[in-house]
Amino acid sequence: MKVFSRASLLAGAFLLAGSVSAFAAGTPTDPQIAHIAYTAGVLDIKAAEQALAISKDEAVREFATSMATDHKAVNDQALALVAKLGVTPEDNDTSKGLAAQADAKSAELAKLTGADFDKAYVANEIAYHKAVNGALADLLIPSASNAELKALLETGLKLFQGHQMHAEHVAEGLK
Amino acid sequence: MPQLLSRRGALAALLAIAASRAARAHGPQQVTIAKLLYVPAETTLHVGDTVTWVNNDPIAHTATAAKNAPGGPWEVMLPPGKSAAMQMTTAGTIDYYCRFHPNMKARIIVLAK
Repeated sequence: MKVFSRASLLAGAFLLAGSVSAFAAGTPTDPQIAHIAYTAGVLDIKAAEQALAISKDEAVREFATSMATDHKAVNDQALALVAKLGVTPEDNDTSKGLAAQADAKSAELAKLTGADFDKAYVANEIAYHKAVNGALADLLIPSASNAELKALLETGLKLFQGHQMHAEHVAEGLK
Repeated sequence: MPQLLSRRGALAALLAIAASRAARAHGPQQVTIAKLLYVPAETTLHVGDTVTWVNNDPIAHTATAAKNAPGGPWEVMLPPGKSAAMQMTTAGTIDYYCRFHPNMKARIIVLAK
């Protein structure tokens, strides 16, 4: 019941980011957590690449560049850690849900240009980081059993909270 | 009694000199960044002294003076694994943050020469 209510909470958080809940019910295992965290990073790098291809706004481009390099750095650390621990990241419904949602968002953003794109991209970045941060704090970090994985996720949470604030500042500037 | 007073006076004078020497002994300061934290979170130095930031994170940070900070605006870019320095030229309390991760915050107290 507790697990179910956590999953419901996350479903709620993801409703903010998209129309479908990306988080599957149940407590994820470490290989699944590693896959979810890595996938969340990859998806944000893809979103950043799309922004760099479309946006001409200096603040938006700087934000996107920061997302691409930061998430790559964290994912490189995650890969090094799973290699060290001998853990093979395991695909799961949550990772699949996140990817499907990001694809839908990307298709939606691809139809936009100029200020419309900038505002929609940054608004989605705020919602996306909020949802991922909620998932990290409420599900992924408490569920992680390996101490090093937990520590990396905790640093990741701090980093992504910073991203959310950065996105909020950029959004302020676009008003 | 007068002797005691004068002894106290001498002691006070000595303490004052020691305190002022300690205060003047700040010199150049270093702030290390790791896991999205500036350490120390508060740095004290004098006008003319330099702060060096050492970024040990694998991601880029900045040290950006908060709005209306004395001597501002300024920003120091800190690429991953690199360090950069800036000389403090204006006395006052400067709050600064990382523009890329605004949840990172710290402070520099710049004392007059």
